Amino acid sequence: MIPKFDGLEFGIVVAMFAVVAVLGFLATRWRRGASLASVEEWGLGGRRFGTAVSWFLLGGDLYTAYTFVAVPALLFGTGAAGFFAVPYTIAVFPLVMFVAARMWSVCHEHGYATAADFVRGRHGSAILALLVAITGIVATMPYIALQLTGIRAVIETIGIGGDWPLWVAFAVLAVYTFTSGLRAPAMVAFVKDILIYVMVLVAVIYIPYKLGGYDVIFHGAQSALAAKGYSTLLSGSQYLGYTTLALGSALALFLYPHAVTGVLASRSRDVVKKNMSLLPAYSLMLGFIALLGYMALAAHVKPVGGTTAKPDTTTIVPVLFNTEFPHWFAGLAFGAIVIGALVPAAIMAIAAANTFARDIYKPYFRRNASAREEGLVSQIASVVLKLGAVGVIVGLKLTFALEFQLIGGVVVIQILPSVVLGLYTRWYHRWALVAGWIAGMGLSVYMLYITPSTTTAHFGSASFALSSWGIDTKMTIWTGIVGVVANLVVATALTPLLARLPRGRDETSPGDYGEAEAPPIPFGPGPVVGQT
Amino acid sequence: MENHTKSGGRKLILLLLLVPLVAVLVPEFYNRSNPSIGGMPFFYWWQLLWIAGVAICVGIVYLVTRRAR
Repeated sequence: MIPKFDGLEFGIVVAMFAVVAVLGFLATRWRRGASLASVEEWGLGGRRFGTAVSWFLLGGDLYTAYTFVAVPALLFGTGAAGFFAVPYTIAVFPLVMFVAARMWSVCHEHGYATAADFVRGRHGSAILALLVAITGIVATMPYIALQLTGIRAVIETIGIGGDWPLWVAFAVLAVYTFTSGLRAPAMVAFVKDILIYVMVLVAVIYIPYKLGGYDVIFHGAQSALAAKGYSTLLSGSQYLGYTTLALGSALALFLYPHAVTGVLASRSRDVVKKNMSLLPAYSLMLGFIALLGYMALAAHVKPVGGTTAKPDTTTIVPVLFNTEFPHWFAGLAFGAIVIGALVPAAIMAIAAANTFARDIYKPYFRRNASAREEGLVSQIASVVLKLGAVGVIVGLKLTFALEFQLIGGVVVIQILPSVVLGLYTRWYHRWALVAGWIAGMGLSVYMLYITPSTTTAHFGSASFALSSWGIDTKMTIWTGIVGVVANLVVATALTPLLARLPRGRDETSPGDYGEAEAPPIPFGPGPVVGQT
Repeated sequence: MENHTKSGGRKLILLLLLVPLVAVLVPEFYNRSNPSIGGMPFFYWWQLLWIAGVAICVGIVYLVTRRAR
């Protein structure tokens, strides 16, 4: 079933897109420093964002449009297991609060712009820093591509054929991030989030009212899921997978370059910590959006391509809005999804581009590159990355979009020992960390390789069936957890053995990490310094 | 965790960060339908409720560690 073209919805989406594009260009002038031409200014917004801007920026960055499309699709398709996104976005804040604060402090003290910058300074290892940089970029690429699946879901629902709207969206995105840097998504994030909050609030009140209450929704969802062998509750064999997926995703989230960028763009350590208690507001929104998947089941929504072998389940939220709301409102919601995709896509591209310029281009191609040259390389890299993302999305027709992000998480969590443990201890030997990375990454990729999905033989899912190792169970485990444990075991075992090899020079000192090692009296590179 | 205060009481506050983790990462505790609220099974409202819970726990730790600065 290809929907009929809807001119009203199309017009609204185009108009909203145009407004946001203009905002993006105007952002160049917003609170700018002397020049935009450096990673500091273009790629980190001058590290001047206060609590409110950081909140919108991090929120728009971490809770992405595609999450809003893919998570309900997962509940729609597989029931309770899809709700892992909620414990995931709960667990992340207590786990990350102090880690992010230490990261901010040491990076502020030494002018680090990326996790790889920090690793090079802390462990004195160019190889380890390179591995961290490459890991971050590789994990981010599919994530950028996924943002575009949100746009594509909307396009399909409005009834437009072809990929040209994706290319147009990409071109506008590329141009405005090229010129405005991190300020553009920060500014657009305001508009996007206010829109999405309003849409969700209306949806979670109006749709249950129309369908006859949550009782009807959960019963309808349960009977629809039962027909496919799923349920609105977990089965016993799903517990391990649910927990490790939520925990692992939470541990991985702040290792992504775009999350690090969001943290480092804050103007003070205090802003970072405060936002860890304010960001859960987005989790609440995500939780209700997830339930849209059940509302779609209860309303008997058919995804676009419903009669074909591979219906595009990411379209269920747009289709639900289309069937339950007047088309002008659905148009507004679609506009919000499209804009919501542009914000994180821009931040991700900027973050990965900063990593490329700082940690690959400068150390390996032009050791004496000026700040200006570094900034320009970063700008160009952001365009190339986005080009790659559109290529991926147009080339591969993704069905279960979320699995791609889960694979990204499996990859990025392998830098946890170097980055997170590095923030707390210098005990680990740099070569042991390199060996741990190789072991963890190797094992994870192997496990992903032997995991089939219903349509592919390899790289089918980030949930690893323990039966593949001859264990007689239906339980699955999130691959990244197994990989990072292997990584940690190898790094810990090898550190004493490698004690005779020279250690890297640590250019940081204990006082650089903020309040932890500081005297009890206010002092040092705490929040006071960062205020403007 | 940071050992940035000499006071044991302030350190104990950091245990607050564990509470939401245990509450949502052990589905054995909450994977059931009843008691439901307004038709929403326990599984769902329990986890949604802990979004507020985590904001409060992290917020308290923020306030306490900020004063300790």
